[in-house]
Amino acid sequence: MAHGTGHSRRAGIAVFVALLLLTAVTVLVSYVDLGLWNTVVALLIASVKASLVALFFMHLKGESRLVWGFALFPIVFLALILLGTLSDTMLR
Amino acid sequence: MEGVGRMEAEGNGRGYLSERGWKSWAFTLDHKRIGAMYLWTTTVFFLIGGVFALLLRLELLSPQARYFSNHTYNVFFTLHGAMMIFLFIIPAIPSGLGNFFIPLHIGARDVAFPRLNLASYWVFAAGFLVIIGSLVAPMDTGWTFYTPYSAKSAAAVTTLSLGIFLIGMSSILTGLNFIVTIHKLRAPGMTWHRLPLFIWGMYSTSIIQVIATPVVGVTFLLLAAERIFGVGFFDPTKGGDPVLFQHFFWFYSHPVVYVMILPAMGIVSEVIPVFSRKPIFGYKAIAYSSVAIALGGFLVWGHHMFTSGMSPLANAIFSLMTFFVAVPTAVKVFNWTATLYRGSITFEAPMLYALTFIFLFIVGGLTGPFLGALATNVQLHDTYFVVAHFHYTMMGGTVMGFLAGLHYWFPKMTGRMLNEKVARVAWALIFVGFNVTFFTMFILGVRGMPRRYAEYLPKFHTENVISTIGSAVLAAGILVMCWNFLQGLRKGAPAPANPWRALSLEWRAASPPETENFPEIPLVTEWPYGYGTPKG
Amino acid sequence: MSDPSGEHGDPAVAFESAKLGVWTFLATEVLLFGALFTAYTVFRIRYPEMFRVEHAKLDRVLGAANTVVLITSSLMVVLGVDAIKRGKARLLEAYFGATILLAGVFLCVKYAEYAAKFHHGIYPRTNLFFSIYFMLTGLHGIHVLLGMGVLSYVIILSRRGRLSASYYTPAEMSGLYWHFVDLVWIYLFPLLYLVG
Repeated sequence: MAHGTGHSRRAGIAVFVALLLLTAVTVLVSYVDLGLWNTVVALLIASVKASLVALFFMHLKGESRLVWGFALFPIVFLALILLGTLSDTMLR
Repeated sequence: MEGVGRMEAEGNGRGYLSERGWKSWAFTLDHKRIGAMYLWTTTVFFLIGGVFALLLRLELLSPQARYFSNHTYNVFFTLHGAMMIFLFIIPAIPSGLGNFFIPLHIGARDVAFPRLNLASYWVFAAGFLVIIGSLVAPMDTGWTFYTPYSAKSAAAVTTLSLGIFLIGMSSILTGLNFIVTIHKLRAPGMTWHRLPLFIWGMYSTSIIQVIATPVVGVTFLLLAAERIFGVGFFDPTKGGDPVLFQHFFWFYSHPVVYVMILPAMGIVSEVIPVFSRKPIFGYKAIAYSSVAIALGGFLVWGHHMFTSGMSPLANAIFSLMTFFVAVPTAVKVFNWTATLYRGSITFEAPMLYALTFIFLFIVGGLTGPFLGALATNVQLHDTYFVVAHFHYTMMGGTVMGFLAGLHYWFPKMTGRMLNEKVARVAWALIFVGFNVTFFTMFILGVRGMPRRYAEYLPKFHTENVISTIGSAVLAAGILVMCWNFLQGLRKGAPAPANPWRALSLEWRAASPPETENFPEIPLVTEWPYGYGTPKG
Repeated sequence: MSDPSGEHGDPAVAFESAKLGVWTFLATEVLLFGALFTAYTVFRIRYPEMFRVEHAKLDRVLGAANTVVLITSSLMVVLGVDAIKRGKARLLEAYFGATILLAGVFLCVKYAEYAAKFHHGIYPRTNLFFSIYFMLTGLHGIHVLLGMGVLSYVIILSRRGRLSASYYTPAEMSGLYWHFVDLVWIYLFPLLYLVG
């Protein structure tokens, strides 16, 4: 149980500013037509934002291996249901 | 495990059952009472589901529809399937026996979140009440609810979807509770490799419940949304894809067959060494194969869809993966057999059911690869071969494991012994009745009789009559067993704390256990399978 | 992993249990939304043109504004949890109150967007893109509502003096849940509003 400190508040605000900037970037990029790359960039930025939220807001950064396991575990299954379904629908 | 002998209490008190009145049950936070409530509830649905099965067999006595209309027949097999799957097999062992015995096995006073545990039961109760409510316009879709028919059927699909969503939620919360309990509340010294194998089975089961159930939850939400709002995910006329429903449905419903079987395998792994008086053979292999089955079970859902028009590549991948899942299962069977080898085996009722499990599960398991192989599947798909196969695994496997557990733990749960002679008579009837009923179906399936029809060609008549006779014998066995349970509950001889001379922690508690299980938390120094060794 | 902690009622064990419980619950949530994301992917690959045309009907400025609202609400939760770790219960209540307020703003904007769509005759049944749009944002909206309930409960606990620098588990756990709701929106926004 970490205790609240001025440091953790400053870190929180820094992450918040980063999230705002990334939001601005992703919106601006969406006005430029990059074809398929629009999707790639949007997902990339979203993933960076999500990682920031998970690592700092949700304190994943200092967590035990067990909690990391439970945080990453479902993503494997998300990939699985996506790929398994697409292996059918894309090649039918 | 020395130094805890003084904790052994004699089974003369009423333990956790002391408090009386409905409020002491409805608001209880005791995992044992909640487990008992699940056991009662699920057993009632098992019996109701069984009655529907008998009605189906009755109709199939004659090649023409004689007693019921085709629609009624469709409703009956849907209710039989849906009740048995959602209201009996999925919750019975995990939520019933799991709730009762996980804390006792790991040396804890309760589960991690007792209030959440009670809430799970009442969410489950709400779920089955909604499902019963949907009977005003009963389902005729089969328990798989495939679209597009289920999106258009006049039955109360929307209500039923909500009910199944609630049941799923209860299942998720229970799984979550067990995962945290097993991680965080093990007694001092209870390392992972000292856990009873039942716990390994339950842990793997809980992982599946937490990961797979939300997918089916959302699938039923989408089905409801399709009927209410006209959302078109599964509707080909709107560009949707009915096969997508099957993907989502089986992403849950295949792993969930391991929710049904893994806890049963755990029970068998407990019972076999106790009644062979031998250490379990290959502890780690059995433990890790549970995890392997749970994870591997997620890779094979497509093998239910070989004839759905799925892409050839997906067909090939899913068929191949299916063969890999057979490996950890075979590892378990091998280890149980090796445990039996040169053991001092005695044949009390729990052992009879455990051995029956192994025997029937081998039959059910070995007929699996016929269906997993793409080529034979196309031939056997939707024939009685499939019905026979999954009844050998579900009923021959899970139900036998469940009955092994009920007979094994009856003295612990109730503080009373069962009549062993009656238990064996019931077992014999169930064993014979089961095989006569379902082995015949393998033959019918290979000869090409399709499932899910009230009528059939006259050439299948003889086998169907045999199968129906078998189902009557099976029903008689179940009735005798239930009668034995009720008799045992009312006037069975008082049970000692450890009637089977077993080593796992639950037998250190009194029979029935006190409210907080143990006077003090036991210190664990050994695994629970040291039978036949000097210390055992 | 091999050091069992034993006794019930040990506060450290209770905190760790609650945390593991919430993360396990979030694993469930990932798959709950995961099925819808799968449907999104399947149909987007099958009908790229329809997605391109239809997604332009969403107002990306409103979507971006709502993103900022949710991110801000997450910061409020961070500051609130930090406050109670320093024993400042009133500050926690203020920050969590602000979170609930922002959640309300989010839902109002969402309501305005829905109303505008209905006004133009766009419903969940209109086409597959809007089927997915309404299902995903609807499910997310339900989570926002639930989150408001949970956060209110924490405020009530705090008002009753049940939270302190040594016991703040409910605040921390509700925070985890709220960040997850934010995290889901972080994906929903670009997938629906920006790239369609």
